[in-house]
Formats: sequence, C-alpha cells, structure tokens
Amino acid sequence: MSQQQTNRSNAPSREIAQRVFATEFNDAIHTFRESDDDRAPVYALLPTGEKANRVFIVGTLTETDDVGDESEYWRGRIVDPTGTFFVYAGEYQPEAASVLRTIETPAFVSVIGKPRTYETDTGSMNVSLRPENLEVTSKSTRDRWVIETAERTLDRIEVFDSETNEYGQYAAEQYGDSIRPYRDAVLEALESLDTS
Amino acid sequence: MTEPDLRAEAEAIEDELPAAVELSIPQIEEKLTTFVINYQVPLEEARRSIISKTLDNAGIDQSSRGGGNPDVDLSDVNEPDEWIDVTAEVVELWEPRSDAIGQVGLIGDETGTLKFTAWAKSDLPNLEEGGVYRLGNVVTDEYQGRYSVKLNRTTTIEELDQEIVVGDNTTTMTGALVDVQSGSGLIKRCPAEGCTRVLSNDRCSEHGDVNGEFDMRIKGVIDNGEASQEVIFNRETTEEAIDLTLEDAKEKAKDALDTSVVEDTVREATIGEYFEVEGPILGRYLLVDDFSQLNSAPDPDAVIARARSM
Repeated sequence: MSQQQTNRSNAPSREIAQRVFATEFNDAIHTFRESDDDRAPVYALLPTGEKANRVFIVGTLTETDDVGDESEYWRGRIVDPTGTFFVYAGEYQPEAASVLRTIETPAFVSVIGKPRTYETDTGSMNVSLRPENLEVTSKSTRDRWVIETAERTLDRIEVFDSETNEYGQYAAEQYGDSIRPYRDAVLEALESLDTS
Repeated sequence: MTEPDLRAEAEAIEDELPAAVELSIPQIEEKLTTFVINYQVPLEEARRSIISKTLDNAGIDQSSRGGGNPDVDLSDVNEPDEWIDVTAEVVELWEPRSDAIGQVGLIGDETGTLKFTAWAKSDLPNLEEGGVYRLGNVVTDEYQGRYSVKLNRTTTIEELDQEIVVGDNTTTMTGALVDVQSGSGLIKRCPAEGCTRVLSNDRCSEHGDVNGEFDMRIKGVIDNGEASQEVIFNRETTEEAIDLTLEDAKEKAKDALDTSVVEDTVREATIGEYFEVEGPILGRYLLVDDFSQLNSAPDPDAVIARARSM
C-alpha cells in the first residue's frame, strides 16, 4: 500500500559477536540450532548462559602452524589472560589464512569468527574458532577487550539464575550450575592488566 | 465515474486510514461503488462518509481528528496511528517513488527530524523546502521501529513566519568494528546530475556506461556485544579513519592497478578496533558524521570491584 513496503528488508538481523574469555569458550562444547531449517544458524551454548553464533576475541597470537595435508590449513594459538583460543583458517578463509601465513609472532590480533566444535582422536570434544576476520591490533585494544569481556561475562553471570533466562537454564542442564570459576577467571583477567 | 477510478480512490482511502483499521481495498471499493454508483452520492461525500463510519466502528475518537490535537515534538513521536499537530520546517523534499505520493521528505523541529508523506489524492497545497509550517491533524505511522507522519485530506497547513533550528537526531554508539562490507574503500559514483549511484564495473544501473567520479567510504558493522549497527563512514571520516586521503588512495590504486588495495587498507586499519561513532540513523545505517578511535583502555577498577562483589 505505501512505498515503505517496497523498502522492507527480509534480511535476518545480524548475529551479535559475543565477548567470551578462552576458558569459557573452550568449555562451550554443546551446540544447537533453533529451527529445523538447514540454513538455521548453529549456536555454541556458553556455560554462563548465552548462545553464541559469532564471537569477538582479542589476544596474543603466539604460534602459527600449517597443519594441512594437501592444501594450506593454518592453525593459530591466541592467548588471553585465562587460556588459549585455537583458530583454524584454510582456503575458505583466505584473508585470515594469509595473515597467519605471513605474521611474525608474538603479535596482538583481533578475531571475529564462528565457534566450531570437533571430536579429537581421543574422543573428547574441543572448541575452535573459524575466523571471518583476523587483523593485527594493539595492546590498548587488547586491554579494552579484556575489560569489555569481563563486563559482558559478569552481565551473563548476574542473570544466570533468572527464571526468564532460557539459555541460563539450558546451560545449567548441559554443564551444571557451577559458574563460579568463570567469575574467578574474570577477576584474574582484570587483575592481570597493568594499566597504571 | 468508471470502475478504475473507484479502485484508485479506494487505495487512497486505505492509505489514509490508520494501520490498525482492518479494511481491505476491495472492501472499500465495494462501499464506494454502493455510494457512488448505486446511490449517486458525490465522491467526496462518499469518501468522508466511509472514513467517518470506519473510524467510528474501530472505536477511534473522531473529535480528536477535527483539530485540538496535542502539539507534539517530533522526537516524542513513538506510537503509530496517533493524530497530532506539529510545527516543523521542511528540511528536504525527496523524489516521490510512486504517483500515489504527492510529496515525501523530511521535516524537522528543535528535537529532531521525521519523514513525512503526503498522498497525491489528498490534494494538499505543496510544501516548500525551507518553509516552516504548522501541520494540523497529521497521523503517525511506524515501520520497523522508525516513525513518520502522514498528511491526509483533513490536514490543515499554515505557513508560519518563523525560524526553526532543526535538531539532528544524532545517535552515538561505541563498539568494535567487526566487519567491513564489500563496496568499501575506493568507489566510483555516477556523475549524472542528482544521481551519485555507486558504479559497478564503470556502469550505473540507471545511466549505463559513464565516466565515474572517485569517492571513498566504509560500510561496516559496529558491535558492542549487546547490539550491532551498520554504519557508513563518508569520504571525510574514511580519510581520517584510515589515514589516507582520496588523492593518495587513487595513487595507491593506480600503482597496484587495482582499487581493492584500498579496501584492504580499510580492513587492516579498522577491523577489530574500537570506535565511538556519532551521526543520524537513516534506514539501516548510522551515517558517521564524527568519530573517535578509542586508543587507550579504560580504568578497570570499577569492573574489578563489581567482580569482587559477586
């Protein structure tokens, strides 16, 4: 009826990039979809009670290896104050792979990417990060990320027990409700900053 | 009076009715046919009667339509289907996209700006860009959380001899730039009068092969972990964000024989960095008028205290 309908966009809203420390990210082994549609996004369930289809992390890239057989497949270890993220980039992530191929470690990097779970040879589940974007950054950006990630994590912990928090309840079912270690990791991360 | 005219009239009536009223165009057309064809009622009277009866049935108080509406600041428009009076300057007139629209554009008062639409069928006097008007009996509308006002046949228009300093609806957002979309960096725009469309392979979708003019921009996404917002940096803010002037960017592209090197520069300089951006939101985008890159970390003491208390 009006011209506004012709403007209507059917694009789904963009998934927010969750802020999560390595220790919690690596525990997020449970994944799920919210619809039966094949193209429905896959979410990792964070133990503090949130769904994550995308995360934003900043840390120190300490090591890169080409672990591919026939084609290049780069693995990077990215360390934050609580643990280590593993990122993997191959031919479908050419820009990130190119950074991992050429970068001198150690270096501060930021990564926007999707959580991926996989089963190891020993049968345990691991969580890694498939980068959409990976760029070199600065220490001040890393420090800002630590503070921001601390705040977002505390936000999640604060409402974890809330009756209306469906992801909190889901996380409690999947991982148990002992989220104290994540609060301790937040404190440890903040205290590691030398911003004086 | 022929059938197609009644259909057009029915469409115009449907446009004027608040969205809450559920009356389809065929239903309106049927009523019109009864009035105009079967009972020989003049069209204007038929239209008045249908609108009045429909609003009555929907329980909408019509005393509020005949003037005496609240005077509303544009920034306070946050409900659809309200009948209000506003005093505003016509900031911009846009090109109507359809013959059904008489005028479309942006009006503004001290508190901000809103889109307005006047239907061609309403036969209202034209508003002029820069003019200040008191608009009586306009109805608010909402689309995807953004509001507009519609002028209709009952709207009164009074030109005022006063000036308004229009507020700018500025939104500020702080977060990390998590994506740079294609069409960022060095681009070419169509040089045709009033066009400015971005060219693809030196072709304008409207004007065909043209000799484009270089420009720079960043189309990106700012995300703070709670919300994400698409943003567009214009030439000036892009130059500052990536520390590269348009002239230098053109040189760089010339040396590389490829304009995409500038997009690479944009990605390297901005992705994963924190920005505070400021500007009006238009459609999906926040148009960045002003920004700062956040190059120092804040004091963690408050967050440390919060963590300890938990």
